[in-house]
Amino acid sequence: MSATGIGAPVRRKEDSRFLTGRGTYTDDINRPGQVHAFLLRSPHAHAELRRVDTTSAKAAPGVLAVFAGADMQVGGLPCGWLIHSKDGNPMAEPPHPVLAQGKVRHVGDPIAVVIAETRAQAKDAAELIVVDYQPLPAVVAGEDALKPGAPQLHEQAKGNLCYDWHLGDKQAVDAAFAKAAHVTRLDIVNNRLVANPMEPRAAIGEYDRASGEYTLYTTSQNPHVIRLLMGAFVLQLPEHKLRVVAPDVGGGFGSKIYHYAEEAIVTWAAPHVGRPIKWTAERGESFASDAQGRDHVTHAELALDKDGKFLALRVATIANLGAYLSTFSTAIPTYLYGTLLAGTYTTPAVYVEVKSAFTNTVPVDAYRGAGRPEACYVIERIVDTAARELKIDPAELRRRNFIPKDAYPYQTPVALTYDSGDYFTTLDMAMKAADYAGFAQRREAAAKRGKLRGIGIATYIEACGIAPSAVAGALGARAGLYETAELRVHPTGSVTVFTGTHSHGQGHETTFAQLVSDRLGLPLEMIDVVHGDTNKIPFGMGTYGSRSLPVGGSALVKAMDKVVNKGKKIAAHLLEAAEADIEFKDGKFSVAGTDRNVAFGQVAFAAYVPHNYPIEELEPGLDETAFYDPKNFTYPAGCHIAEIEIDRDTGDVAVVRFTAADDFGRIINPMIVEGQVHGGLAQGIGQALYENAVYSDDGQLVTGSFMDYCMPRADNLPSFDVATHATLCTHNPLGVKGCGEAGAIGAPAAIMNAVADALAPLGIGSLDMPATPERIWRAIAAKTMPQAA
Amino acid sequence: MATVTLTVNGKSVTATVEPRTLLVQLLREQLALTGTHVGCDTSQCGACVVHVNGDSVKSCTMLAVQANGAQVTTIEGLATGDKLHPMQEAFRENHGLQCGFCTPGMVMSAVDFAKHHKSPTEQQIREWLEGNICRCTGYHNIVKAIKAGTEAMGRTA
Ligand code: FES
Ligand code: FES
Repeated sequence: MSATGIGAPVRRKEDSRFLTGRGTYTDDINRPGQVHAFLLRSPHAHAELRRVDTTSAKAAPGVLAVFAGADMQVGGLPCGWLIHSKDGNPMAEPPHPVLAQGKVRHVGDPIAVVIAETRAQAKDAAELIVVDYQPLPAVVAGEDALKPGAPQLHEQAKGNLCYDWHLGDKQAVDAAFAKAAHVTRLDIVNNRLVANPMEPRAAIGEYDRASGEYTLYTTSQNPHVIRLLMGAFVLQLPEHKLRVVAPDVGGGFGSKIYHYAEEAIVTWAAPHVGRPIKWTAERGESFASDAQGRDHVTHAELALDKDGKFLALRVATIANLGAYLSTFSTAIPTYLYGTLLAGTYTTPAVYVEVKSAFTNTVPVDAYRGAGRPEACYVIERIVDTAARELKIDPAELRRRNFIPKDAYPYQTPVALTYDSGDYFTTLDMAMKAADYAGFAQRREAAAKRGKLRGIGIATYIEACGIAPSAVAGALGARAGLYETAELRVHPTGSVTVFTGTHSHGQGHETTFAQLVSDRLGLPLEMIDVVHGDTNKIPFGMGTYGSRSLPVGGSALVKAMDKVVNKGKKIAAHLLEAAEADIEFKDGKFSVAGTDRNVAFGQVAFAAYVPHNYPIEELEPGLDETAFYDPKNFTYPAGCHIAEIEIDRDTGDVAVVRFTAADDFGRIINPMIVEGQVHGGLAQGIGQALYENAVYSDDGQLVTGSFMDYCMPRADNLPSFDVATHATLCTHNPLGVKGCGEAGAIGAPAAIMNAVADALAPLGIGSLDMPATPERIWRAIAAKTMPQAA
Repeated sequence: MATVTLTVNGKSVTATVEPRTLLVQLLREQLALTGTHVGCDTSQCGACVVHVNGDSVKSCTMLAVQANGAQVTTIEGLATGDKLHPMQEAFRENHGLQCGFCTPGMVMSAVDFAKHHKSPTEQQIREWLEGNICRCTGYHNIVKAIKAGTEAMGRTA
C-alpha cells in the first residue's frame, strides 16, 4: 500500500478550504445585480385558496415582482419512479404544482414568491399578500388517511391511496405459518424524521440574455438530475441552455436529491425580472419544505420451527408519503424496503404488502438509508422479540439463521441476489469488542447503582450502489442509474478527474484522488477532482444510496483503464517495442523484462505534443470518459451492538457503549470510512432516542425548529468503537460496497433492542421510537405504580 | 440606518446598516466574510460562532450595532498566512469535519474552550459543544480534534 493509494488514511484535500472559511456554499455566492426571493407559504395544512391578491405586495418598497400560482403556468414537479399496485394498476400520480394551484395541502406549501432588492424587503412585502383561505379538515397519519371518510387530498388519488403494492410468495408464506412451531408478532412504528443537513437549502437562478443560457446554483446532491427534471419536465428549457451548479454542499443525507419548487421558481423568474435571484431557506422553512424521512406503521409476523429456524416472514406496512410525490418517494417503501426483508437470514419465504398514503404533511422521501433502515428495524426487532419469547440468546438465534458463508451468490425470496458476505465474522467481532460475555456483570453493577442496563444487537444488510439501469427500469425507475467519470490528463502529466457523483461531506476529492494515485502512481498534488457543475462534468446521476465508490469509482477505474491502454500504445511507439510487451506500474510504462521505460508524464507530453507519435494509428490527446452501469447492487452488512442505561426515576437513556463491525468490501480511505460510520450512527441513535417529526391533528408541525426537534448533541452520544471486516464485492472492479448509510441502518434496532432488554425484567414490552424519557418513564410507571400512569 | 465601526480580523471597518441587521449579516453580506455560516433561526446550531473581544459569540444572536467598537475575529482571521491555527490543524488531522458547514463555528468555539481548559476530559468537551450542532460527524472526531487542539494550543502558548 502506498502512502496515498488505496487503503491509506490520507488527510482530506478539501479540508484546508473548509477550515479557513473559504468553502463556497450556495448562499456564499453573490451574483452581480442579485436580488432576493422570499416564499409565502401556507399556514394551513389543508385549505382551498379562494383568492390570492398580490397587488399591495407588488407596490411595496424594493419589490420587483410577485408571482402566484396563476402567474406561473409551468409543469409540475415530477416523480421519478412509477410503482404498480398488486392489481397491476399504475400508482396514483396527482400533480405537484410548483406554486399552489387553488389548494394547499401541507403547512409550508408555497403559494407565492416575492422578489425584491433585499431579502428583508421581500419578506416584508410577503406579509402584504392577501390570501383568502377556506380551511379544510386535515389528516396527518398514514393509517387515518386510508380510512373511509378521511379528508381527501387529491382528486386523482381515491381514498388517499397512492398504491397498494406487494412482493413475495404469499401462498408459500401462508403455508409456512400453518406449520410453524412458534409465531412472533410485532407492531412497530418507524418514526418520521427531518434530515436537517446543517446547510439550509438555497438556490440562485440567473439568465444571460446574450446567450439565452440559464444557470442555477443549488444545494443539490445531483446537479444533472436537477437539470434533467427541471429542464425537461418543469420549465421545458433545452438542456444545452441550462447549467446547474451544486458547489460545496453542507450535508444532504438524501434531502438534497430531489427537485424542489424553489429551484424552478428562481430559474423561471430570472428572465422575468432580468436579475439573478437568490433564495435561501431559513431553518423553519427547511422543516416545512425539505422532504422528510421514514414514517412507517408496520405489523410483522415471524414463523419459526421448533429449533428456532425462521420459516417465513409476513409484513404489512402503511407508508406515509406526505402531501405530494417527491422525486424518489414512491420507490423508498417498496423497492428499497420490501426487497431487503430477508435481511441476513435464510428465511425461505417472505411476503410484504405496502400501502402508501397521501396526508397533509411535508412530502416524505429518502433519508440516509431510505427504506433499508425501515426493513432492518422490522427484522431485527422481531428477531429479538422471538429470541426473548423462545428464551434463546439473541446472538445464537441470529447465528442459526444466517446465510452460510459458502452460499453466495445467494438468491433471496424478495428479488435480490447477494454477491458476498460473512455475517458470522462481523457478529463475532462486534460481540468481542463489546465484551458481550461480560455484560451480565455490568448489568448487575448498574442495578446496584439503581440503573437498568440493557444490551441490543442488530445485524443489517443494505442494497447499495444504485443501480443496474435495466433492473431499475423494469421496476419502474424513470432514469438510468449508471455513473460517469472523465480523466483528463494534462500535457505535463497532472490530471483532473471529472466525476458525475457529488461530494457533500463524503470527501470524494480525496478518495477519488487516491484511486488515481494508486493506479497512475501520481502524487495527490497532481490530481484534482471536479464535481457538481453540469458544464464541466459528464452526465452523472450524483450521490445517494452509498453509490459514489461502487458506481462512480468503478467508472473512474474504467476511464483509467482507457488512459493506461492508450498510454501503452504511445509508450510502445516511444520505446520502439511491441504494445503487448508494455507494462504499466508505479507511474512508468516499461518494456517487460527490461529496464527500458518512460514515465507517465512523458507519455502525456507526447500525447499532446505529438512530434514523435504514431499519428497515423492514434489520435493525439490523453483524455478519456467512461460510463459504468453496475451489474448488481452491492451488499454492505454488519453488526451493531448498543449498550444503554436507563435512569429509573427520569426514564432517561444513556448510550454507554456502541460497537460496530461492518463489511464494506475494500476500503479506500479508512479514516473517511470511520467518519461515515460515526455520522450514520449518530443519526441512527438520534432516530431511536431523540428525533421525531410530530404533527398536531390539524397538521401543524409541532417540532418545527431546533428548539423542538431534538438533534443529537455531542453530550447525547458516546465515542464509538468501530471496526471493519472485508468480503469483496464480486462484480465491481474495486471490490467496494459503500459505507455511507450503514450507521443509520443498524443503530435504531440495536438501541431499541437494548432498551427492550433493559426493560424486559419489568415486564415492559415493545416501545416505539424515539424512546424519550417521557415514554420510558410512563412505561415504567405503568408497571411499578399503576395508579400514577 | 446606523453606522458601525469595528475591528474585524485586525482591520478597522465602518459600515452602514439597518438597525435590525445581525452581526452575521454584516459579516457575510457586507464584508464578504462568508466563512461564518447560518444554520438556524433559533440560536441553536452554532454555525455562526465568532469571537467578539476574545469570547465566542453566536453572531446570529447579536445585532451589528452591538458590535460597534468591538474586536471581532472570524474563521478567516484564525490562520497565520498559510499556517493553520493549531485548532484548525487538529480538526484536519483528526478528520473533525465532513461537509464543513458546522466547522467554522466548531473551530471558533473550540478555540475559546481551549483558553479555559488546559487538559480537558471528553465529557467537558462534549458539554461545551452543547451549542454547536454537527449533522455529519457524530461528534466522535470533533471531540478528538478539540482534545488534540487544546493540548497543542497549551504547548504553543
Ligand atoms: S445560526 Fe444557528 S446559532 Fe447562529
Ligand atoms: S461537518 Fe457537516 S455539519 Fe458538521
